[in-house]
Amino acid sequence: MKLLQDTWLMFQRYLMVFLRNPAWVIIGVLQPVLYLVLFAPLLKSLTQTPGFPSGGAYNVFVPGLLIQLGLFGASGVGFGLIAELRAGVIERFRVTPVSRFALLLGRALRDILTLVVQSLILLGLAIPFGLQPTVSGVFVMLGLVALIGLGMASLAYAAALALKSEDSYAPLIFTLSLPLLLLSGVLLPLQLAPQWLQHIAQANPLSYAVTAARDVFNGHGADPDVFKGLAIMAALAVVGVLVGARRFSRAIS
Amino acid sequence: MIETHDLRRTFKTRRGPVEAVAGVDLSVKQGEIFGFLGPNGAGKTTTLRMLSTLLPITSGDATVAGFNLRHEPAKVRYQIGYVSQEGSSAPEVPGRTELVIQGRLYGMSKAKAVERAAVLIEALELSDCADRPTKSYSGGQRRRLDVGVGLMHLPQLLFLDEPTTGLDPQSRARMWDEVRKLRDRGTTVFLTTHYLEEADALCDRIAIIDHGKIVANGTPDELKRQVAGDVIVVGTDNAGEQALALLRGESFVREATAADGTVRLYVDRGETAMPQVLRVLDSAGIALASLSLNRPSLDDVFLRQTGRSLRDAA
Repeated sequence: MKLLQDTWLMFQRYLMVFLRNPAWVIIGVLQPVLYLVLFAPLLKSLTQTPGFPSGGAYNVFVPGLLIQLGLFGASGVGFGLIAELRAGVIERFRVTPVSRFALLLGRALRDILTLVVQSLILLGLAIPFGLQPTVSGVFVMLGLVALIGLGMASLAYAAALALKSEDSYAPLIFTLSLPLLLLSGVLLPLQLAPQWLQHIAQANPLSYAVTAARDVFNGHGADPDVFKGLAIMAALAVVGVLVGARRFSRAIS
Repeated sequence: MIETHDLRRTFKTRRGPVEAVAGVDLSVKQGEIFGFLGPNGAGKTTTLRMLSTLLPITSGDATVAGFNLRHEPAKVRYQIGYVSQEGSSAPEVPGRTELVIQGRLYGMSKAKAVERAAVLIEALELSDCADRPTKSYSGGQRRRLDVGVGLMHLPQLLFLDEPTTGLDPQSRARMWDEVRKLRDRGTTVFLTTHYLEEADALCDRIAIIDHGKIVANGTPDELKRQVAGDVIVVGTDNAGEQALALLRGESFVREATAADGTVRLYVDRGETAMPQVLRVLDSAGIALASLSLNRPSLDDVFLRQTGRSLRDAA
C-alpha cells in the first residue's frame, strides 16, 4: 500500500531529524513540569470549593495539563515546516510521486510519538506529587493526546504552508492557542466558571477533551462524556488531516 | 520531450491579476540541453514550476516526457527530476540519507536506493561529505547534492532552476561539466539562467523570455546570426546621441542603439564598416574615445528583442 509505505518513509525521515536533537523532547516537557511544580499546589486548597471535581488536586489537574501539552506541542510544529519550505525540501517532495497524505501524516505521526513520550514523562513525574493513575486512564489519556496532536499538528502545518513565514505564523498560533487554553478548563475546572463563560467554553472542542480526561482519571471511565470527548477529538483529527493534506497538494507559491 | 502550446499562468494579487507567463510555446527535443534565458521576474521559474507539476496551469496545454501535464501529472512525476533554486536538503540530514529517501519515494527498494546513492556520490564527487549533515557543505557541494537528489530515480528529463546562481567560477565550470555529462548519457536537461555566458557556453538551444513571453528561440549561433553580422561599439565623450543620429542614416548600418555615450552598431561586415564609421565621425568633428569590433553576443539578441540589455534588466 503506497500511502502506508510513503507515510512510513516520511515518518522515519522526520524521526531521524528529530533524534538528532532529542533535547527538544525535554524542552517540550519543561513548561508543563513548571505548571506541575509551581501551579498545581495552589489547587490543593481549592479542592473543597463547591463545584471543584472530586478526585484530588493532581488527578484533576494533570489530565488537563496533558491536553495542554498536546495543544501547545502540536501548534508549534509549523516552525520546522517553514524552515524546510525555505530550504526547498517541501518542493522537492512535491515533485515526487509521494502521496500528499503521506507528506502530512509522516510528519504528524512523528509529532504524535513525541507527544506520547512527553505525556508518559509528565505522568511519571506527577506520581510523586500525588497523581494516582489507572492503566485504562493512561490509555484513554494517550489516545486523546494523540488525536489532539494529529488534528492540531495538521492544522498547524496547513497554517504554516499558507503563511510561509515565522513572522506571521508565530503571532497566529499564540493568539489562537491562548483562548483555546483559557476556555478549556485546564487551569481551573470550568465548573467554577460563571454560566456565560461555561457557554462560550462549549464551543471549544478541547473543553470536551479535558472533561473526558478528568472523568477517566477519576473513576468515571464509562461516562458518556468520555466517548463524547474521544469522538470530538477524532472528528477534529479528521478535519485537520483533510485540511492539511489539501494544503500539501496545493501549489505553494 | 517537452511541447507546450500557449502556456499561461495568472497570479491573483491585491492589485488584480498578473500574468506571469503569457502564452509560451516551447519545443524541447530529447537529449538536448535547453536553456531558458531571461531577467529575474521574466517568468522563467513560473514556467519551470508548471512544467514540473508544482504549479497548476491557468490555460494552455503541455506534454512533458510523453504525458499530458494537465491530465497525467502523476505519470509526469515519475519521468522528471527537478532541482529548485532554493535547494533540496534539510540542514541537519546527511546527503546520503537524503539521496536514499528520495530514491525510495520513487518506489526503489532500500538496497537499490543505497546502491544508486553510492553511484551518484562517487560520480558527483561527494564522497568526503556524503555522511555529514548538509549544513556543513560548501555551496558547490550543496548544489551537486541537489542535482544528485534530482537524478536518483534516473529521470529522462531534469529541470534545473538557476543551477549556478551564487556559485564561484570554479564551481560553476564544474556544474557545467556535470550537465554536459548528463546530456552525453542521454538525459534531457531544461535549465533556467540569467547568465548569458551560461546559456551561450552550455546550451544546445535557447529560448529567451521577457515579461512572460518568448521573444526569441533557437541555437545560440542562430540567435546571434539573427541580430546581424557584427557589432561595432563606438565610445564617445558624451556625444553618443549625436553620433547615433549621424550613423543611423548610413546605408551599411542595419540597426543602432546608444546608451551612456556608447553607440552599438549592427552591421553586415565589420571589417569594411569600421573605416566608414571613422570617416563619418571624423568629418562631423566627434572625438572617439574607443572603437571595437565584436561578434554579436546573446546580450545583443536580448537588446534587440526587448530594447534593454539583459545585464541592466537582471
